[in-house]
Amino acid sequence: MKIAVLSGKGGTGKTLVSVNLAAAAKTSTYIDCDIEEPNGHLFFKPENTQEEEITINIPKVDNELCNGCRKCVDFCKFNALAYIKEKLIVFEEVCHSCGGCILFCPEEALTEREKVIGKVQKGTSDQVTVYTGILNTGEASGIPMIKKLLHENTPPSNKLTFIDCPPGSACMVMDSIKDADYCILVAEPTIFGVHNLNMVYELVKLFNKSFGVVLNKCVEGDNPAERFCVEKNIKILSRLPFDSELGILNSNAKIAVRENEKYQALFSSLLEIVQEEVQHETTSHS
Amino acid sequence: MKQLLILSGKGGTGKTTIASAFIKLSKAKAYADCDVDAPNLHLITEQSSAPKRTDYYGLPKAEINTELCIQCDRCRQNCRFDSISVDKKYKVNPFACEGCGVCQAICPVEAISLKPAVAGELMLHAKEGKVFSTAQLKMGSGTSGMLVTEVKKQMKSATAPTHLAIIDGSPGIGCPVIASLSGADMVLMVAEPSISGIHDMERIINTAAKFGTKTAICINKFDTNIENTKKIEEFCKKQGLAFMGKIPFDAGAIKAINNGQTIVDINCASGIAVKVVFNKTIKLLFEEYPVLHSNDALHI
Ligand code: SF4
Ligand code: SF4
Ligand code: SF4
Ligand code: SF4
Repeated sequence: MKIAVLSGKGGTGKTLVSVNLAAAAKTSTYIDCDIEEPNGHLFFKPENTQEEEITINIPKVDNELCNGCRKCVDFCKFNALAYIKEKLIVFEEVCHSCGGCILFCPEEALTEREKVIGKVQKGTSDQVTVYTGILNTGEASGIPMIKKLLHENTPPSNKLTFIDCPPGSACMVMDSIKDADYCILVAEPTIFGVHNLNMVYELVKLFNKSFGVVLNKCVEGDNPAERFCVEKNIKILSRLPFDSELGILNSNAKIAVRENEKYQALFSSLLEIVQEEVQHETTSHS
Repeated sequence: MKQLLILSGKGGTGKTTIASAFIKLSKAKAYADCDVDAPNLHLITEQSSAPKRTDYYGLPKAEINTELCIQCDRCRQNCRFDSISVDKKYKVNPFACEGCGVCQAICPVEAISLKPAVAGELMLHAKEGKVFSTAQLKMGSGTSGMLVTEVKKQMKSATAPTHLAIIDGSPGIGCPVIASLSGADMVLMVAEPSISGIHDMERIINTAAKFGTKTAICINKFDTNIENTKKIEEFCKKQGLAFMGKIPFDAGAIKAINNGQTIVDINCASGIAVKVVFNKTIKLLFEEYPVLHSNDALHI
């Protein structure tokens, strides 16, 4: 069962929820797809880590064969090539690795070479298998890394898998939720929170995913995010309080369910609710 | 014009809350929201009129004319982004297509064309000499860096000469942040006293250093973890980064924001603290260039 945890923006508690759910589930897999700022590993501090570099293919020119026809330069939609001073230059940072220039060079002067864009780490923390993708600073697209994280390391389907998605609703998030059985949307109790929640709400609807909301940092008084859920008839899975104890554990990168029974109970019951929801969805759809 | 860019390695640190307070305090005539994935600044800055809207076109998307297609499968085999699928007929998944044009070039019967696609919307509020530029990226459109550049261009082109522009930057470290950094005179980092906050902050400082941009730091919600706050202060000392001050966690801030107000509109602890941060920041920003004019009411 794959459960994706998302929020319209960072800082809402997406990592708090996914890390603690994975820890509460005991045997599970946690995949950190927030590859620009992966934080899950700071909490899990995984052991026995193995690392694998992630590469993309970019063109390499053989200047002996190149005759300067500039067909490749004209083709490249991303302006990643230039023919200057009788030499073809590749601007690596903007190349999207579409492969077109190589395909269409009449002199076969272009071949591919691998370029490292980051790495994927795998390790364990108690019974949780922890995958982390780390994108190098300045890389334009992390999609190849998300693909690697989600599709090549597919754990057995009977095991619970939690996907900590990138923030926002852009293409990387879409890739992260594509195969999820259920989505948890995390929201803050402010009008910012509602605005951000609305975006991921539109996204999960577009992808036809079953989902529910976790209201985080709840304080006394009006909660615009809660009102939004009631209006739209969205299932509220849990209300996590703003409490300074949880805040301190979290800001010290401690996993709350492993530190305190109170939070163990809180996240275990959230986990149960989510599992029931998924079961319910599968029976009502079959 | 001096551009002050407000950044945070991570979302949720209160970057927009602080940016809106700065806009209020400085009476800035020009400001922009570069978080095109999830813009929030418009929710707490007053706009007296409807914005001027402009469609933003990103890269085009491929489209297959199934009448012409002879189902040779070449396009599908050569698309590196797995955007072409076949279910009786060949079709392009617009969310995955990057508009690279390989399929179009390889199709033997010219059944594929690249069509311009709206990737977002630019909004410009301009009234009474005040300019606010913002945008919203459409769901699933990847090129947010380019839209950030457009937001800043739009702000500049609509602004009469003014000495200060405040820009709410994009979260993260990726291409939108790099786009918001270019042209900025100074970065104010809003840090959060958590292990992950510190981690993210270090990454973004490295990015700003690559651009050679002057960088200063303030800590928001500093009292939620005093120990980590100390760590950040020490980090600043060691790195020689200018420290602008600390803002406490404040339930009053949540109330202000939910009423569409900034934290300096009401009397609250975070509002008082942010004024100190503001004064220091503006001073540092203009340090080498004392170009303040007396009629611009800056509280220095
Ligand atoms: S298409 Fe081939 S031969 Fe022509 S400029 Fe490019 S690399 Fe050189
Ligand atoms: S692989 Fe594609 S994006 Fe990269 S240089 Fe060649 S044509 Fe341009
Ligand atoms: S334009 Fe490029 S990405 Fe889009 S469908 Fe064609 S080959 Fe694939
Ligand atoms: S390359 Fe052209 S003809 Fe061949 S399957 Fe694709 S669209 Fe059809």
